[in-house]
Amino acid sequence: MNLEFTEEMVMLQDSVNKFLQNEYDFETRQGLSKTGVGYSEENWQNFADMGLLGIPFEEQYGGFGFGQTGLIVVMEAIGKGLVVEPYLASVVLGGLLIQRAGNEEQKEALLPELIGGNLKLAFAYVERQSRYNLTDVEFTAEKKGQKYCLSGSKSVVFNAETADKIIVSARTSGDNFTESGISLFIVDKNAAGLSSRDYQTVDGLRASELTFDNVMVDMDALVGDVDGAFSDIEYVIDAASAAICAEGVGVVTQLREKTVEYLKTRKQFDQAIGNFQILQHRCVDMFMTEEQMRSLTYLAAIKVAEGDGAERTKSVSAAKVYLGDARSIVGEQAAQLHGGIGVTDELDVAHYVKRLTMMNALFGDRDYHLQRFSQA
Amino acid sequence: MDLNYSPEEKAFQLEVRDFLKENYPKDIQQKVAKGIALKKDDYVRWQKILANKDGWVAPGWPAEYGGPGWTPVQKYIFDEECGAANCLRTVAFGLVMLAPVLMKFGTVEQREKYLGDILNSDVWWCQGYSEPNAGSDLASLQTKAERNGDHYIVNGSKTWTTHGHYADMMFTLVRTSQEDRKQKGISFLLIDMTSPGVTTTPIITVDGMHVVNQIFLEDVKVPVENLVGQEGEGWSIAKSLLMHERTYIAQVPRSKKQIVRLKELASKERYNGKPLIEDANFKAKISAVEIELMALEMTNMRVLSKLSSGDAPGAESSLLKVKGTEVQQAITALLMEAVGYFGMPYVKESMTEGWQEAPIGPEEASVLAPHYLDWRKSSIYGGSNEIQKNIMAKAVLGF
Repeated sequence: MNLEFTEEMVMLQDSVNKFLQNEYDFETRQGLSKTGVGYSEENWQNFADMGLLGIPFEEQYGGFGFGQTGLIVVMEAIGKGLVVEPYLASVVLGGLLIQRAGNEEQKEALLPELIGGNLKLAFAYVERQSRYNLTDVEFTAEKKGQKYCLSGSKSVVFNAETADKIIVSARTSGDNFTESGISLFIVDKNAAGLSSRDYQTVDGLRASELTFDNVMVDMDALVGDVDGAFSDIEYVIDAASAAICAEGVGVVTQLREKTVEYLKTRKQFDQAIGNFQILQHRCVDMFMTEEQMRSLTYLAAIKVAEGDGAERTKSVSAAKVYLGDARSIVGEQAAQLHGGIGVTDELDVAHYVKRLTMMNALFGDRDYHLQRFSQA
Repeated sequence: MDLNYSPEEKAFQLEVRDFLKENYPKDIQQKVAKGIALKKDDYVRWQKILANKDGWVAPGWPAEYGGPGWTPVQKYIFDEECGAANCLRTVAFGLVMLAPVLMKFGTVEQREKYLGDILNSDVWWCQGYSEPNAGSDLASLQTKAERNGDHYIVNGSKTWTTHGHYADMMFTLVRTSQEDRKQKGISFLLIDMTSPGVTTTPIITVDGMHVVNQIFLEDVKVPVENLVGQEGEGWSIAKSLLMHERTYIAQVPRSKKQIVRLKELASKERYNGKPLIEDANFKAKISAVEIELMALEMTNMRVLSKLSSGDAPGAESSLLKVKGTEVQQAITALLMEAVGYFGMPYVKESMTEGWQEAPIGPEEASVLAPHYLDWRKSSIYGGSNEIQKNIMAKAVLGF
């Protein structure tokens, strides 16, 4: 047993952290988030040049083959830097879906382009009524001759605005809430009939509501088996959940460090407020949450890498429950301990808190994962 | 022990309910219900309507100053009816906080000069207590007022000044002398916001809105007649005032209304094909908050009953503040959780007047996460909840 990162991973970690330290201070991030497409295309190319976009993918498609462990390293850094570039949407969700479910032709055509920074993907799977249930798919794909006709709406699709292609889940047969009968299609963003309402999210990212009005696609738009996409979707959402838990670890680490630092310098009642034991204990709670989260995140990554089964489900949900707990134990406390300044737009702490808060809802909240854990 | 209202109290309840139904402006009600930011005009308009109704705008004021002279129970009934009707909460600074101070510590001239304008909302007040480096350690405030003939020269800075950008006047705590006990050299001063040397800078909060400000005071000339009470008496004045503020912060009626809103939302949202409110887990979470709120309401009633027999609020106000804000925060979290993914879109315009576009997901969903984040401040302001616990430890438990 060896639970340390390999030398390669440590190098990767150092290079990402160095880039973020030098090029990605909080003011820069805020500027990117508020203007244009919500991130920097230049940074995206830098990510490609640094090899970050190829981290989880197999070497035969131009990737590094670092898999889920590699993702953890990158995502933790993304959390620390509050990165707004569409790594989760394009590399984790879109890329992993193609690697997992795509045929050889699709993988060869798409993954090298994605890894090189020339192609961006988004994954549309949430619907207005679906909440966190991945089988609640009302969006339809109907076979018409040698084409499929896609109709329906998808919600909160991250970075669809700047994606070149959207992967969308659709019902090709069966009743709603059945696992069989769900298929995946890859659609050009500028396809006729596809319209988009783009917006900013609370944590400063970008997402869209997509409407498909009889969008016609060829047979080769199908990703994976007809009617059989559910297990691929479930796998990718699990992999992405494990990845954002790592991002959460990065966010929590920053909040813990910044709060401890603040308590050591902020003076009230003629002393540093960190002298008050009650406040020290809150920071210790943050620290313990951070380490326990880290453990569950590593465990989830290992189980995701090992493939399918109840162990994957359980470990991912366990990590995600901890991420939900971090919202109150770390996020709310960080704001509270900073006092008034902690709820201002000006301070980076508030933005880490926002990200942590939003991550609870992403891919299923604490309640959902607690329930899923108990049923797995 | 009797929880029921007397026949007179019941009649009063109906009178209030009817009045609100007929006179509370529908447009303001809609804004409050939807969580849209209110403007100065909304407050002034409603407060004037209430003032014209026998001084209802000032439930705590005795009749001799133009208030309705209500009993604590009548005040509670009024509060509850206002909460149920989604009434805008009147601005506390003049009506609830400063006015009692002027009645108790002010001169006849000060009362005559200010109380009428407060009652009629003709002068808007803000509170200059907090300072950038003081926080909950209020007594460490640094803003200095130096006597120079018939006026004071004030220098310093105040922060978290709610609605300071609307204000005509500010009541402040200033340091008029350095003493061994830092509470001793503090005085209570009224400052005209249009005085030369007063600058107001917005502070944008985490929800993206502008409600609070930092105020800079540079060689501001304040006439000596604007001193309330004696020089150096400011701390005891402030303490009596903070008791009022903390009781006001509990907001039981508002939380009751928020629970109704939460249940409505959870009935409309669907999960696994059924209304979310039928999800056993979500239902249990709502119940847990309801139980906390029931306890809080009853505790509030007990405090009220004690007040009716002439006692002043003591450490109970700290309890009400801590538990009240915990309940408010828990409800905002559940409201946000109820809409799942739709808590994520940030549509700032939807929080302001006149936004006509279709909502993203459930109607009003886009205000829920910003409100959740914004309500983090309730356990910080008015003396942080940690400070309230220190007060209770000392005052009740004798530590």
